[in-house]
Amino acid sequence: MSGHSTYEPKYAAERWLDKRLPIVRFGVDFMGFPSPRNLNYWYAFGGILTLCLMAQIITGIILAMHYTPDVDLAFDSVQRIRRDVPFGWLLQPMHAVGASMFFLAVYIHMFRGMFYGSYKNPRELLWIIGCLIYLVMMATGFLGYTLPWGQMSFWGATVITGFFGAIPVVGESLQQWLLGGYSIGNPTLQRFFSLHYLLPFIICALVGLHVWAVHHVGQNNPIGIEPKSKSDTLPFHPFYTMKDAFAIAVFLLIFALFVFYLPDALGHADNYQRANPMVTPPHIVPEWYFLPFYAILRAVPDKLMGIMLMFGAIAVLFVLPWLDTAKVRSMRFRPITRWFFIIFLVMGFILGWCGANSPDDIAIPIGEHGMSFKWVSRIATLYYFAYFFPILPIMGWIEKTKPLPDSITKAVLSGDA
Amino acid sequence: MSDTDKFDENGEPTRRDFIYIATAATAAVGAGAFAWPLVTQMSAAADTRAAGSIEIDLSKISEGQQLKVLWRGKPVFVRFRTQAEIDAADAVDVASLRDPQTDDDRFVPNTSGVIDKRLLVMVGVCTHFGCIPVGEQGKIDAQGKFGGWYCPCHGSHYDTSGRIRQGPAPLNLPIPEYTYISDTVIKVG
Repeated sequence: MSGHSTYEPKYAAERWLDKRLPIVRFGVDFMGFPSPRNLNYWYAFGGILTLCLMAQIITGIILAMHYTPDVDLAFDSVQRIRRDVPFGWLLQPMHAVGASMFFLAVYIHMFRGMFYGSYKNPRELLWIIGCLIYLVMMATGFLGYTLPWGQMSFWGATVITGFFGAIPVVGESLQQWLLGGYSIGNPTLQRFFSLHYLLPFIICALVGLHVWAVHHVGQNNPIGIEPKSKSDTLPFHPFYTMKDAFAIAVFLLIFALFVFYLPDALGHADNYQRANPMVTPPHIVPEWYFLPFYAILRAVPDKLMGIMLMFGAIAVLFVLPWLDTAKVRSMRFRPITRWFFIIFLVMGFILGWCGANSPDDIAIPIGEHGMSFKWVSRIATLYYFAYFFPILPIMGWIEKTKPLPDSITKAVLSGDA
Repeated sequence: MSDTDKFDENGEPTRRDFIYIATAATAAVGAGAFAWPLVTQMSAAADTRAAGSIEIDLSKISEGQQLKVLWRGKPVFVRFRTQAEIDAADAVDVASLRDPQTDDDRFVPNTSGVIDKRLLVMVGVCTHFGCIPVGEQGKIDAQGKFGGWYCPCHGSHYDTSGRIRQGPAPLNLPIPEYTYISDTVIKVG
């Protein structure tokens, strides 16, 4: 932790405790940690994500009290939760919508980090732990989506576990080992439930490391220069607890809008059909938060290549700190790269749009035949990777950045922060 | 132990080195032996493997129909092909295929040692990501460009022999292990 402890126990009981277990001191120092004074609302997503994780764990533990992981009973048990269990109508959508909200927040949090260069020295490990959390979140989300045992659950799981079958030589045995049978069945559902319960606690442990790392290196900020004096920082509490609390309230309004008025808007209607291994839905789509990666998977005609590109799209995030060669952190001072980043963001949305549609359908009606979603996703995939290499390494060398302010305080006082 | 056990003036391994290595080796074997059941328990259980074979009565199918039977959690397609479909499958230049296989290679001889090219038995699972291709009777022309099956997930087209012709799937629809146990009954698996 930065700085020395400022806690002074006031009462005898506090002193007694502090001498034996300085837990109050830990909490006070933890919450008072000096934060740059210019953090904007994009920095509230750390707090929002903590809330999301807690909400998912609490609702999840409750749902597990009523859910039955058995191929014959799972679908009905989820319907029973929604219809018969007291407040099940509230708790089940909170968990399902909560997953979407969690991903929404994590994407904003990650893009914020990318825009302000929060992955750069000395925050490389902080960023990598974050990427690991995202990876485990994706696994958790996928496993959880299988549990209601609807058509999309079943076929989504079939497609995803099919990835392992594409591995040369060992693929088929590996796939059978993962599924516990020749195809997705009861053993698969039971192990998915077990792992879906486990992984959030792994996420908790990783979040602990993530928070420890951010307390050690300090938060980045919108202008990306390190705090130099005491006037550049504010204690996290009460300044940012209040700011985060307001952001959380706004976030909860959106959350509540979905839970109470649109509980199924983010899901797929086919998942209200019981899983049927004899019939594939006409159009398999993953949850919205996986759509860009699904589009990358389908952009290439070769199965193994598609899988490698899809995993590569996530793997490249881990080496981002070394691909971006620029010394200046914040995109605010990088007039050209900023636009490359904005295009990257747009391409992400385009990939999501492609992932939601059939590859051979026409996306853009231009030319004689129009452009299919497959070709749009190919272009967007190409840009996705090009942003990381060679755009970022080259821009780091050739771009002339704008002059950085002398200090956070000066920037704040002159209105530039 | 005396001090002379701790080292050897020639730099040779001492008894203590031996004990360290022996301890580490035993611990490694022990950890491996403990890990093995933890990993292997995830494989298909005995009852799952035991349910691995079924019998299908072919006499129930008439020309142009397709039977779908669940085997090992996956559908098996039994297709009674029309003469036009057989001719179409034979007319294909095998060398031009992604997964080259003649139509005849996709059959098992019946009890009298003859190949009945009318009855095509395949696992109805797309070799791309495991979806079920469509192409039941009457839907053929509407769905697949090659008169056979079409996978709605990622757009793979299979011909009337179940061979991959277009799209991302790498292989033909697989032919399961099966044998004729009488003139009209096959045993799959």
